Amino acid sequence: MTGAAGGPGSRTYGLTIETQGLTKRFGQQVAVNDLDLAVPSGAVFGFLGPNGSGKTTTIRMLLGLAAASAGSVRLLGMDMPGKFQVVLPHVGALVEGPAFYPFLSGTANLHRLDAATRHAAPATRKIRVNQALEQVGLSHAAGKRVHAYSLGMKQRLGIANALLSPRELLVLDEPTNGLDPQGTREVRNLVRSLAADGTTVFVSSHLLAEVEQICTHAAIMSAGRLVAQGPLSELRRSGSACIRLVTPDARAAMTVLARLGLSPEPAAAQPDGEVVTAALAEPHIKGYRPGPDVSALEAVTPADAAPEGIVAHLVQAGVRVRGFAVERESLEDRFVALTGEGFDVAQ
Amino acid sequence: MPSSARQETRETTGTAETKPAGAPRGSGLSLLLSELRVLFGRRRTWALLLALAAIPVLIAVAVRISSAVPAGRGPAFLDRITQNGLFVAFTAMLVSVPLFLPLTVGVVAGDTIAGEANLGTLRYLLVAPTGRVRLLLVKYTGALAFCLAAPVTVALAGAAIGAALFPVGPVTLLSGDVIQPPEAALRLLLIAAYLAVSLAGLSAIGLFLSTLTVVPVGAMAATVVVSVVSQVLDQLPQLEWLHPWLFSHYWLGFGDLLRQPVLWDSFASNALLQAGYIAVFGALAYGRFVTKDVLS
Repeated sequence: MTGAAGGPGSRTYGLTIETQGLTKRFGQQVAVNDLDLAVPSGAVFGFLGPNGSGKTTTIRMLLGLAAASAGSVRLLGMDMPGKFQVVLPHVGALVEGPAFYPFLSGTANLHRLDAATRHAAPATRKIRVNQALEQVGLSHAAGKRVHAYSLGMKQRLGIANALLSPRELLVLDEPTNGLDPQGTREVRNLVRSLAADGTTVFVSSHLLAEVEQICTHAAIMSAGRLVAQGPLSELRRSGSACIRLVTPDARAAMTVLARLGLSPEPAAAQPDGEVVTAALAEPHIKGYRPGPDVSALEAVTPADAAPEGIVAHLVQAGVRVRGFAVERESLEDRFVALTGEGFDVAQ
Repeated sequence: MPSSARQETRETTGTAETKPAGAPRGSGLSLLLSELRVLFGRRRTWALLLALAAIPVLIAVAVRISSAVPAGRGPAFLDRITQNGLFVAFTAMLVSVPLFLPLTVGVVAGDTIAGEANLGTLRYLLVAPTGRVRLLLVKYTGALAFCLAAPVTVALAGAAIGAALFPVGPVTLLSGDVIQPPEAALRLLLIAAYLAVSLAGLSAIGLFLSTLTVVPVGAMAATVVVSVVSQVLDQLPQLEWLHPWLFSHYWLGFGDLLRQPVLWDSFASNALLQAGYIAVFGALAYGRFVTKDVLS
């Protein structure tokens, strides 16, 4: 998929979306604060964040709908909004829900928006519109006025609009909003097949399960700031893992664990023994720092601190191990850990 | 999707980038046609035009069922209708100038940007992408098309109902010359063109007001209010110095088109004045819209 010349279409750019210090202020309020977003080409990128965390504002700036207060945006390797005439024809977008002329039919709406697109060949318009409608399963309702569409149908029509031309980047803001489970599944499949064709897909969502299923990369926003970004596997791993030990010898176990540099905590007992949990100190965990008293102890090698090392030490010390598990955070735990708990997280 | 097709599209754009001034394949025209289709395809526009067409019909029917109108009462030309049906059109155009035409034009011009913003389609047009300047031009052209369609509707409806209910004959002009019905019809269209030009300035004001809000009704009402205020100011003798600068100043000055030969002075002054309003409010609309954050 790599071409020779520069510009969009030739994929000589490394990052499909790149922002540096992107900031948006509305008066005193900072909606987006110093955002450094990096979306690699070909990725399915989940853009996560609670309501009001600045996702849609960011998307508006990416697409040149709103001007940034500070910072820069590069899309397909080119400056936005300066090069929008060249960039945007290659970008399909669903921004903050679908919007259509209610008094026009679905087909007429797509014709209208395609007529507004630069480089969209009028000769192939009819075919492309029909194809897009078919892709989202709306052919049967294409002649109906949008006024009579359900929310899910409007959502599909919005996605159809994003698919009118071959795109290099799809920006989908809450694409499954209002869709039934079948529709959600279809959107997931659609995103997967588009990604397989080499299209970079940027999906904003607060539905974590959805993101976990389709995304290769993700970024998490909180109160206008980017709090995490990277491949999904790395994001999951960088969340702290902890061990969960079931044993009748809790006291001895805690001594052993403390000696290994962990900070064990007793948890609610189970019928088959007491439960001790401790955050697992993995050297590769981002942000991990050994506890202050580690130096006072005998040297703990990485092998000792690995789960199998811990079990060995426990058994050596005569602790009867009845259950041992390494539990990792789900993306949801990670999300909540990064963005806060409760309804008032955006404040 | 075959990847060769994708590649081809991409290369096409690659060349387009090397000559940024290169005109895209008829996309401006494409959008303008689409705009006209949407504007004249929607029910609201038809309702506005039907309301305008109802004015001459009401006048003609009222005159037909009442006894003869005494000369010199009511709007100009009203007393001549019974002798010549074409005067229904002249009367109706005269009557619709102060309020009905500005009202309908205000609705269309006020809706241009605010209407799209309100529907949310503005953001989709912009990311399509439609350049903001191009969108303003297309929207204004659409409004101008309506400025022409509105008085033409009144003229045609007037001529039709007049011909149906009254005899049609030679028309005596203000200069005393007599012209035949076909030429009179031409004069009617000339007046319609004069009114279309007259409304161009108001449309530009409406376009600007429309960039200020996402509530189309607000922009529509403001446009109509502006037209009424301008006409009121034009009536105050204390503000005589201001009168030649008011966009509504020449609105009723189409009498010169009913002389033989036609006097073009007021047409020219009117056109110049309207061009000034288009320049000023077009620039304001540009200044506002190009830097505007589209958040709706």
